[in-house]
Amino acid sequence: MSAENQLTRAQRDDLRTIAAMIVPASDAYKVPGADDPAIQADMLATLGRDSKLVAAALDHLARLAGQPFAELDAAKRDVVAQEFRSSGGGAAATLVRVVLQCYYRDDRVLHSLGLELRAPFPKGYVLPDGDWSLLDPVKARAGSLRRVP
Amino acid sequence: MKDPVDVLIIGAGASGAAVAWSLAETKMHILCLEQGGWMNPAEYPSTGRDWEAKFYGEWSSSPNIRGRPEDYPINDDNSPIKVVNYNAVGGSTVMYTAHWPRLHPSDFKVKTLDGVADDWPIDYDALTPFFEENDRMMGTSGLSGDPLSPLTHPPMPQQPLGLSGAIIGKAMNERGWHWWPSDTTVATMDYEGRARCINLGHCTPACAQGAKSSTDITYWPHAVRAGVELRTHCRVREITTDENGMATGVVYYDKDGVEQFQPAHVVIIACNGVGTPRLLLNSASSRFPNGLANSSGLVGKNLMFHPYAQIYGYVKEPTDSNRAPPTCLWSKEWYDTDLARGFVRGYGVQFVRGAGPVFEAVVSEQKGILPWGADHHRIFRKLNGHRLGFSAICEDLPEEHNQVTLDPVLKDSHGIPAPKIDYTISENSRKMMEHALARGREILETAGASDICVNSPIPWGGWHLLGTARMGTDPERSVVNEWGRSHDVKNLFIVDGSVFVTSGGVNPTSTIQAIALYVADQMKQRLANLFD
Repeated sequence: MSAENQLTRAQRDDLRTIAAMIVPASDAYKVPGADDPAIQADMLATLGRDSKLVAAALDHLARLAGQPFAELDAAKRDVVAQEFRSSGGGAAATLVRVVLQCYYRDDRVLHSLGLELRAPFPKGYVLPDGDWSLLDPVKARAGSLRRVP
Repeated sequence: MKDPVDVLIIGAGASGAAVAWSLAETKMHILCLEQGGWMNPAEYPSTGRDWEAKFYGEWSSSPNIRGRPEDYPINDDNSPIKVVNYNAVGGSTVMYTAHWPRLHPSDFKVKTLDGVADDWPIDYDALTPFFEENDRMMGTSGLSGDPLSPLTHPPMPQQPLGLSGAIIGKAMNERGWHWWPSDTTVATMDYEGRARCINLGHCTPACAQGAKSSTDITYWPHAVRAGVELRTHCRVREITTDENGMATGVVYYDKDGVEQFQPAHVVIIACNGVGTPRLLLNSASSRFPNGLANSSGLVGKNLMFHPYAQIYGYVKEPTDSNRAPPTCLWSKEWYDTDLARGFVRGYGVQFVRGAGPVFEAVVSEQKGILPWGADHHRIFRKLNGHRLGFSAICEDLPEEHNQVTLDPVLKDSHGIPAPKIDYTISENSRKMMEHALARGREILETAGASDICVNSPIPWGGWHLLGTARMGTDPERSVVNEWGRSHDVKNLFIVDGSVFVTSGGVNPTSTIQAIALYVADQMKQRLANLFD
C-alpha cells in the first residue's frame, strides 16, 4: 500500500495545510511553500517508516481542531498549530521533520539557497587548505603532556 | 558436527578485525562470526539526493531506530544517553566520525595521579608499538608534533583547515588556548587502495569514496587473504563450556536462522561494551550461574559512555557546512586534572565544521530558533551554512551502578535476551560538562557567534561503550587479566572496549584497536603455554 493510501483525504488536506504554515511560499526568495504539489507528492511517496507517526500526528491535530484542521479559519489555525507543536510530542516532531526534509531537497529550494542540485558523491566538494600560520602561536606556546610516575 | 577451529572470534568490527589480522600469521585456523554482512558502498547515503533523510531511518546511528535485521534491540530507557552502534563487517567503524586521538599516558594512572578509580594493569608504553602499527593499517592523517597529545606519526598530511577551521583557530588564538589539527582516519591522499577524501561531508554514516577508514576495507581484506575465515550473518547466542570450565565453542544462528554449534580451542570476544557483557551474561550455565567469566560480579558493571557536552552557534561568515568531514580540529586545553575547576579529570574537545540543510532546518526548528511562517526563509538563510560547533568528550569514571544487564522481556529476532542499560551521569561529570559549555560559549562568542544552542548530553551520543569487562590483575576486581584473558576461563579472551579500566577523555577506537593488537601479540608470545 502506498503512503498516499495510508493517509485519508482529510489527513492529506491537513498535512498540506500545516506544511504551508511551517514553510509558506515566498515571492522575495522565489521559493514555493511546503504545500507545493510536487513537495507534497514527495512527502506522500517517501513517508515509509514514518507513516504511523505522521498519521498519529495528524489525528492529534484534528482532535485539537475539533474538525478538519484545513477547514478552520486562519486565526483558529494559528492557535491550534501552536498547541499542536507544544503538545504533539514525538509524532508532531516527526511530521515537522518529514515536511522539512522534503522541502529542503526540492530543486527550486536548493537553487534559491545557492546549493548544487546533486548528491555529494561522486563529485564531492573542494575545501580550502587555509592559512596554517594560524597554528604558529600554538607551536610557540608549546606545553607538555602530564608527567606519569 | 563441525570440525573445531583453533581460534573463534566473535565480531568483525574494530577490534575483531585487528586481532584476526594479527593472529593470521600463526597459520592457525581462525574463524570470525559476524552478525551483519559485507557493506556495499554503492548504497551509502551520499550517493543519493535524499542523503540527509536517510539519517533519520535506515542509516540512523541508533540500532533501535535503524532496526535492520542485523541489529539487536537495546533497552536504554533508563539512560539519558542512548546507545549507538553499527552491526556489519567493519562494525561501528562503518559509522563513526573517524576522529583519532589516543588515550594519554596519564589516563593509565588515574588512581596514582588523582586518587580516583583504578590504574590500568598496563601502561601507555606497552601499547605504543601497537598504536603505531594500527595507525599504519587504518591509515591516519594528521600533523605530528601536537605539544599536548601523545606523539604520533600519521602517514598522511592533515585535513585542510577549511573555512570553519580558520574561524575556530583565530578564536582559540585570541583566547590563548590550545588547538591542533586532529589525527583522523580520513585519507588525505591515495593510500593502500583507498582513494583520497573528496569532502562528501558526512563521515559518520559511511564513506562512499572509501576515504574514511573502516575495517571492512582495511584489516579484513588482508586478514581474509592471509587465510582467516569470515562467516557473515551469524549471530552468536552463547559460549559453551566443559566440565573443566574451559570454553568449547559457541552456539549461533546462521544466515538461514538455523541453530549451529561451532567448536573452538580458543574463543575471543570482540563485541564491545554492550555486546560483550550481553553475550557473557547469556552464557550462564550451572557451572557459571551468574554468567560466564563473572566470578568478580563485574561483567556488565562500570559502563562508561563519555557524556558529550555540545554547544554550537552561528557566525556571519560562511562555514564549511556539510561540504567537508565534520571534525577537523581538537583541543586538549582542559584534558588534565585541575581541581580549581571543581572536578577531577578532564575532557577533550572536537570542533565541528557545520551541518547540511535538512539537518539544520530540523534541529533549528526543534530548538525554537527557526520559526514557522513568513520569517522562516530569512532566518534559515542566516543559519544555514553558518554553524560552528564545540563538543566536549567528558571522561566518565567507572561506577558499578552504571551497567548492562539482560532485559527480562525484550529479545532480538532470534529470541536472544536483549541488553538493558541503567546509567546516570555523575556529579563530577555534570560539573565537567558545565565547565566545558562555559568554555565553548566563550569560544563561540569570541568567533562572533549568535543563536547559541546546547545539547548536554547529546542524547543519541552513546558511541563509546567502555568498561563492562574490565582489565586487572586482581580476579576479584576485574574480568580479564593484563593481557586480555579471562580470569575464570583460561581459553577465553576479550579485546574490545569493555576491557577499559577508565575512559580517558577522547574517542576510544584507536586505543581499542591498539589493545586488540597487544592482546594478539601476547597470545602469540605465549602459544606454548597459553592456558597456564
